[in-house]
Amino acid sequence: MSNETRKVTIKAFRFNAETDYLPYTKEYEMEVGKDELILDLMNRIKWEHDGSFSYRRSCRHGICGACAIKVNGKATLACKQNAMELLDLFDNDITLEPSSKKRVVKDMIIDKSDFWEKHTAVKPYVIADIDPNPVSESIQTIAEFNAMLDSDLCIQCGACHYSCPALEVNEDYLGPAALNAAFRFTSDTRDEATKERLEIVFATGAGVWDCVKCNECAEACPKEINPIQKIGKLHNMQFEHKVAQSNVATRHAEGFVRSIRKHGFLDEADIVVYSEGYLGMYKHLKTAVKMMKAGKIHWQDGVPFIDNMPKIKNLDEVQKLIDISMTNKL
Amino acid sequence: MSKFEYALFTGCTAKQSTPELLSSTLAVADKLGIKIHILEEASCCGASHLQDFDEFLAHVLNARNICYAEKLGLTMITICNTCQLNSAMTKHALDTDLELKARVNEKLAEVGLEYKGTSEIKHFLYTLIDEYGLNNIKDKVTVPLSNFNIAPFYGCHNIRSTDQHHSKTYGENSYVPTSLDELISALEGHPVDYSHKNKCCGFHVELQATHTSEVLAGNAMVDAIDNDADLMVTPCPLCHLKMDTYQDDVGKVVGRDIELPVLHMPQMVALALGCSEKEIGLNFHVQKAKQLFTEATA
Repeated sequence: MSNETRKVTIKAFRFNAETDYLPYTKEYEMEVGKDELILDLMNRIKWEHDGSFSYRRSCRHGICGACAIKVNGKATLACKQNAMELLDLFDNDITLEPSSKKRVVKDMIIDKSDFWEKHTAVKPYVIADIDPNPVSESIQTIAEFNAMLDSDLCIQCGACHYSCPALEVNEDYLGPAALNAAFRFTSDTRDEATKERLEIVFATGAGVWDCVKCNECAEACPKEINPIQKIGKLHNMQFEHKVAQSNVATRHAEGFVRSIRKHGFLDEADIVVYSEGYLGMYKHLKTAVKMMKAGKIHWQDGVPFIDNMPKIKNLDEVQKLIDISMTNKL
Repeated sequence: MSKFEYALFTGCTAKQSTPELLSSTLAVADKLGIKIHILEEASCCGASHLQDFDEFLAHVLNARNICYAEKLGLTMITICNTCQLNSAMTKHALDTDLELKARVNEKLAEVGLEYKGTSEIKHFLYTLIDEYGLNNIKDKVTVPLSNFNIAPFYGCHNIRSTDQHHSKTYGENSYVPTSLDELISALEGHPVDYSHKNKCCGFHVELQATHTSEVLAGNAMVDAIDNDADLMVTPCPLCHLKMDTYQDDVGKVVGRDIELPVLHMPQMVALALGCSEKEIGLNFHVQKAKQLFTEATA
């Protein structure tokens, strides 16, 4: 095999929502060059094999976000991704797929309306009372600009959004792209809607507390933005700006401090009781009984006389560090 | 002195609901001649939830844990993916942001500690593969796992995001992970290939988004079963807890009867190295797993 080119069979997901009952896969044989991009392969399928093959493309410079697809389940910005790299990674067996199979209109083209609805929902613009006839510039310092991290680099390609497993199950969830945008504008010093936006992203079911922490978004982003880092910042900001209400998710986060202060370890039984409240605990009784039968539960310290929670050595250090380092409160 | 010597960060789970994880880890280390120092001073890593509440406090506590490994001059090994990621994230943050490192050290000085950044942090799975070596493990197998189709479940926090892991996972690719598959083969088991092996188990939203959590766990388990898995193995005790203790609830949500023992990675290795039934601790599982000990030797 030459290093310069490689003869391979490229598979592509095909489906026309107007005429097809089921999707199917078609194969295209071609010689792939070492500098060719996934976008080049799509162009060649269309130009050399089958003119009906459909996909979105525009800038060809990794900035418009139109050509985001998946290759063997891996989110891929077609105009940025070298084809040979993926052939190496997947052992010369690659299938071009749309970003979301359930939202396909035709072949690689999907209906992104859900993406834009979520984006709109977080009010992705600076909200401020601006003098229509300003006499001075609205200046940001470099430090203020840097506080937005790299969130402004998002090209709305949807790679993270359609890689998010939480969104796949829970259609109400805003998802990593919209939450990145929420962080972008909430951390902008010119913006005056901090609380309003933080309340939107606090909502149970839709907001940051429904993130499953899988880091798929960080892997998917072709601009290397790391959306989950911004989701983490939004979690913190809810406590900093006192938007966080006491609920099962926030008590679960704050409850870690309570446990660590007492034992150094997380008290696994206590965190469930503390997060759910005594009334919410009934949901977990069945699991608790199963775990007890298997010898998995240590009696929490709330049970008189039989506290067998382990404690770390030098617990006093941890207690002191909590006292002098903690900045947030629920 | 053993050539292989590590500081073990046990994490909270191994000290509480999964004692079998700690006992099997120590048994494997013993069989392989790996010397382990348990970091009894180490506190909880925050598991991403403390980070959600107060990121700076989480960095201070994780830096303190790493200080104790540094004092011993050893690599800190972890036996939980989430401990691995959160400890590695603190190390990465402090090693790349000197201003943050100084702020954290100002707090640590109050308890007589200083974070230097001299210890690596590595999951035991990768220590076994990278440093001890699969061939060396293979030589010590006394109970080949050839009776089992084993589904590797990698767990998110060992493989994503790549930038937090790169040097500690021998360059494992999160889309095509191979470490657990290779380990299963080295123990002469049959690795099950299935598409959910690198997906999320849903553990971290168990309380606040129960349905999401159970669908994710269920999808992965059903995929493993449909590809003829006899058991599942994972390097993460949180994936284990989700899939083992909640197995019947998960089954109800996805509409399938699921009976799939879920082993911790060190339990699987311990089984193949001929460790004792007590060390492997299959009795601590909620989904019946004790039969595996006899089936392995049958």
